[in-house]
Amino acid sequence: MVVVDDLHVVYKIYGRGHDRGTAAASLLRILGRKRRASIREVHALRGMSFVANRGDAVGVIGRNGSGKSTLLRAIAGLLPAEQGNVYTTGGAALLGVNAALLEDLTGERNVILGCLAMGMTKQQTKEKYQSIVDFSGVGDFIDLTMKTYSSGMGSRLRFAIAAAKSHEVLLIDEALATGDAEFQAKSHARIQELRSEAGTVFLVAHNLEEIELTCNRVIWLERGQIVEQGEDVISIVDRYIDASGGQPVLRDPVTRRRIKDQVRTAATTW
Amino acid sequence: MTNQKTPLRAGRGAIGGPVAGRVAGPGQLNLEDLGAAAPSTGESLIELARQYGLRPSARRPPIPEYLGQLWLRRHFIFAFATARNIALYTEARLGQLWQVLTPLLNAGVYFLVFGELLHINRGIPNYLGFVVTGVFVFNFTQRAFISTSEVMQDNIDLIRALQFPRAALPLGYVVIELQQMALSLAVLVPILLATGEPASWYWLLAIPALALQTLFNLGCGLLVARMSAHVNDVSQLLPFITRTWLYVSGVIFSISTLDLGGLGRSILQVNPAALYITLERNALMTSQRLSAPGSKPYNKALCQAWQTLGEKPGEPARYMYDSAYCHSAINPDHLWYYAVGWAGVALVVGFYFFWRAETGYGRG
Repeated sequence: MVVVDDLHVVYKIYGRGHDRGTAAASLLRILGRKRRASIREVHALRGMSFVANRGDAVGVIGRNGSGKSTLLRAIAGLLPAEQGNVYTTGGAALLGVNAALLEDLTGERNVILGCLAMGMTKQQTKEKYQSIVDFSGVGDFIDLTMKTYSSGMGSRLRFAIAAAKSHEVLLIDEALATGDAEFQAKSHARIQELRSEAGTVFLVAHNLEEIELTCNRVIWLERGQIVEQGEDVISIVDRYIDASGGQPVLRDPVTRRRIKDQVRTAATTW
Repeated sequence: MTNQKTPLRAGRGAIGGPVAGRVAGPGQLNLEDLGAAAPSTGESLIELARQYGLRPSARRPPIPEYLGQLWLRRHFIFAFATARNIALYTEARLGQLWQVLTPLLNAGVYFLVFGELLHINRGIPNYLGFVVTGVFVFNFTQRAFISTSEVMQDNIDLIRALQFPRAALPLGYVVIELQQMALSLAVLVPILLATGEPASWYWLLAIPALALQTLFNLGCGLLVARMSAHVNDVSQLLPFITRTWLYVSGVIFSISTLDLGGLGRSILQVNPAALYITLERNALMTSQRLSAPGSKPYNKALCQAWQTLGEKPGEPARYMYDSAYCHSAINPDHLWYYAVGWAGVALVVGFYFFWRAETGYGRG
């Protein structure tokens, strides 16, 4: 369960360079620190309140830069709130799109370390190991370092590790987007399972169909504020598509399911 | 953090889309149907969170609970250190052989320069053993500083993905350095035997000395890890600091020969690096123990004769052990107290300092 209460998050960005220059240059930079006072504030979340229950799968939609990832990171407790607060039942796990765990280590090591870091015992880790590897489907690649993985394989393994423990809050930030169809079906099933174990799942995805299929609630963000939220996922998604100038989705009038493209073309040729 | 401010109402979006109608008033807050409701006052939400026993997500656990969590992660810390250590050399053809080759080559360089080329001893018996021991022990602390200054930024992905006490990471990095130090010791022992140091029961004293040094490194590692978690400045400055530290800690010369006066020498001798180096040397090297200043009654003439020993080759070897007749910078019996003190202070200060910022490390 997650309660977000009037949450404001402000990023303070120091105008710092990213060079790791020579020792002399770094000394000069430290001496010159006072003169470099360009701090830019970006008000990423501007007062957001909502409640997500146990067993909810909440989809978060919105354009790039609307605050979706920031919201997830704030729920995970990674970003301090400027004002307001986030309350959760327990530890949250955040799966980001590019977050390799330890990319210069093998998949096997990542599985073991991931499990131990989540607080499992050695015994539990041993028991879970095979099922994680099977779920991830990376096969023989488990012996190779994670940086040799394709982005899809990396996200499969990360999801498999994080999903091995039943988290009270699981935050998925586009982490399933690179998976193939088979994996999306598997992860979808696992999310439903986590929900039934009274977990709360947040899903950020630009693939709106994925949100429609997975989530029972949706929050639409724009410039750090909630435009609309509710349980009528399909209507909100349609209004979001409309507002952002996308092509309207054809839906079956009764089931409100999406009508697939091939069906649509077939229908028009008739 | 409680605040009484009324939150901005949801639905004041910039987009001309439909108006959000889901904002419920406080009276309407229906616990059965929370999912759909977004109550409009902060107070009722805080009330609700309390009712369900929720906790702020960015909560810093109190110290005892934090220590408990760390204890639970002890297997993680060691597995993490081992995995990182192995990964360090996976790209090299010789692989794990480098773990032993690196200290061997280090020792080889000093053997070449100080043992074969320069023939200087600066009035120190078994100068080669003196330098190699000093460099290995100093390296342990130096590398712990440098690696922990990178730990939080190196592992930001892991920090963001999973919940665990963040102190596990700098701890893991110090364990990596400890593992390297153990291999260095394995190289050091044959060198000391070959340079004429007899094996003795005193060698066992190296274990508590190393343990105290490890605790000191842990404390400093936690301190450095927090200081460099968000900005790189510390890791930029560290090379200067450690290099200066190397030169004032008597790694390649004896502090007793410095023309600083008693107070200056005392200050240099109680600096943690010099302290742990001296303790390790006294434990492992009989020649050091016998020539340690202060181990014999003060004798001005003999001490001065020793201090004026030049760096020319072929100095009479009989003065070598006369440093024992000089005043020690600090009472040798007190070295251990200082060693314990530094370890304790560094650990407490470093841990507290690191723990205070626990919720901020994911920010990167």
